[in-house]
Amino acid sequence: MNIYRSHVLICGGTGCTSSKSDKLQKEFQNLIQKKDLDKEVKVVRTGCFGLCEAGPIVIVYPEGSFYSQIKLEDVEEIVEEHLLKGVVVKRLLYKGAISEEAIKSIYEVDFYKKQERIALKNCGVISPEDIYEYIAFDGYMGLAKALTEMSPEEVIKVVTESGLRGRGGAGFPTGLKWNFAAKATGNEKYVLCNADEGDPGAFMDRSILEGDPHSVIEAMSLAGYAIGSNQGYVYVRAEYPIAVQRLQIAINQAREKGLLGKNILGTGFDFDMEIRLGAGAFVCGEETALIASIEGERGMPRNKPPFPANKGLWQKPSLINNVETYANIPQIMLKGVDWFKSIGTEKSSGTKVFALGGKIENTGLVEIPMGTPLRKVIYDIGGGIPNGKEFKAVQTGGPSGGCITADHLDTPIDFDSLVALGSMMGSGGMIVMDEDNCMVDIARFFLDFTVEESCGKCNPCREGTQRMLEILERITEGKGEVEDIDKLERLAKTIKDTSLCGLGQTAPNPVLSTLKYFRHEYEAHVIDKTCPAGQCKALLDYFITDKCKGCTKCARVCPSSCITGKVKEIHSINNKLCIKCGACMEACPFDAIILK
Amino acid sequence: MKSLEELKKIREESLKKINLRKDRGEGTRIVVGMATCGISAGARPVLMSLLEEADKRNLGDVQVTQTGCIGVCRLEPIFEVYKPGEEKVTYVNMTPEKARKVMAEHIVNGNVVTEYTIGAAE
Repeated sequence: MNIYRSHVLICGGTGCTSSKSDKLQKEFQNLIQKKDLDKEVKVVRTGCFGLCEAGPIVIVYPEGSFYSQIKLEDVEEIVEEHLLKGVVVKRLLYKGAISEEAIKSIYEVDFYKKQERIALKNCGVISPEDIYEYIAFDGYMGLAKALTEMSPEEVIKVVTESGLRGRGGAGFPTGLKWNFAAKATGNEKYVLCNADEGDPGAFMDRSILEGDPHSVIEAMSLAGYAIGSNQGYVYVRAEYPIAVQRLQIAINQAREKGLLGKNILGTGFDFDMEIRLGAGAFVCGEETALIASIEGERGMPRNKPPFPANKGLWQKPSLINNVETYANIPQIMLKGVDWFKSIGTEKSSGTKVFALGGKIENTGLVEIPMGTPLRKVIYDIGGGIPNGKEFKAVQTGGPSGGCITADHLDTPIDFDSLVALGSMMGSGGMIVMDEDNCMVDIARFFLDFTVEESCGKCNPCREGTQRMLEILERITEGKGEVEDIDKLERLAKTIKDTSLCGLGQTAPNPVLSTLKYFRHEYEAHVIDKTCPAGQCKALLDYFITDKCKGCTKCARVCPSSCITGKVKEIHSINNKLCIKCGACMEACPFDAIILK
Repeated sequence: MKSLEELKKIREESLKKINLRKDRGEGTRIVVGMATCGISAGARPVLMSLLEEADKRNLGDVQVTQTGCIGVCRLEPIFEVYKPGEEKVTYVNMTPEKARKVMAEHIVNGNVVTEYTIGAAE
């Protein structure tokens, strides 16, 4: 065993990998070897650090120096100055890590300081491909405790009393689910993990599998012990190649170390698990569709009851939980009910991971206690809206959720408060919108997604979402009529009431919530034929302002020859002939052309 | 592994290897001056001997880090020992052999090796 004086942690999440963090790793290893430091400095590839905006991220311990947006050519300076001489390279530090005089470590940066990490505890701290690092940070101790000291009933009691609710979106009490599956009769039962993360912009499940796969394995084994099952399946989409690869490595290591397989830790309990790859259909996140897909059938939902707890995979009792839900379980086992309940709100205990995206400074993953006000997430952790723009709304719950406006920024976030506002927790996507976002266009974007992803089994969802999309397209193209708004609302309510599964039942939410809070924008589109946010091109006209120097560039690129004017004089656009292609705006060197 | 005891043992051993990512500032810190002056006076062999010794003695909670020039270049190689709750001790004119002795006497047994300190050199 070797003790290293310094560890260089390089983010290996999907985000940083796509900005070439794998090459950084090689470069670090090369240079460290060249300088003969390889016995003192260890290079570790971790999971996602969460602040994807600043990627690729490199952290150097023990100082906890937080380097951001590192390029290949920066590596030499870090090795030469920091690793060899111990001088932190200030120039390359994350901007939030430098205050007046002092350099802050990663733990002191605002983005991290204000978070509370349970599910993401190990992400960006350990190497996901080394089971020893997981064990070092109490890994598999929760399972060991349950197997040696607790009965299956006691395990379920702990999960129930912790108040943990399903993190996949619906917020169903996890303990109750475990109880149903435990009570179901059957000679064989299955533990399933739903890693079919499909919301546009949400990537917490992927990050957990990439950064801390053993936590999911441990939790599924625990669940197996609690409900009396010996076999688990993780259903993960094939388009998450890094997550799949690391999970497989983790499963292999757990097997090798005897933490999966027969007679785990000499207690006589057997449990093993396999990965099942999905093709990336959004509907397969619905539990009955997911089960059908594992069975090799077409991924389509069916009516409930019977619930999967009684008749699930291959008609056997099955327990199905989401990745993030599982990632909480080992911690709850170790630290106990009181600890978990002390975090969050009365009805929603613990934390939730959100994927911050859209018009926000710090794009990335954040984990916060339930009950944290939206304002804190968006301004204190997220860093606010870039370019001094005005906050307009935040969309939570992806294509199943809705919008929350500035009036409700101080609402504490939990399962129930979001539903009360007409949105939902969903899997935790949080897309921030500023004054430049058109709410009708946002609704159209999400409908476009659900129309694509509707499995086609039930009529309301298959036909209804298509018709809703058509109406929304009409409105954004300036062809909408006043009656369209009422039609849209009626259709949305009908689809909500009559669809078979969660996909259809929630698909109208983006429309209903934008109608509720931004009806005036819809009306502006259909009555005044304008787009207040300036997004719907068909409703806007191009104008040339007095910044024009008369260079004639715009007139030369205009394909419909609708721009006239003499050299060195202000030009003008004939809006009757304009086809709104935007070529003039791109060509203008003086920013003289505007959309209004 | 076949038992809980084995798991616990693996945890203990693994934790020592990656402790420096977790316990910040709680254990002993040894800071070696590694500016140009330190390196040319032979700070690297000193640093290596400290690491080897920490490794050999299983001192997972001891952090060995470097720093820049402390200012008394004529006394390099220099390292400073920060123990929680104790005053900083500065050792000067170090060699790998002296460093090993400090590791055994001061870090492990808690007795400052006065003859090697900056106070004795002045």
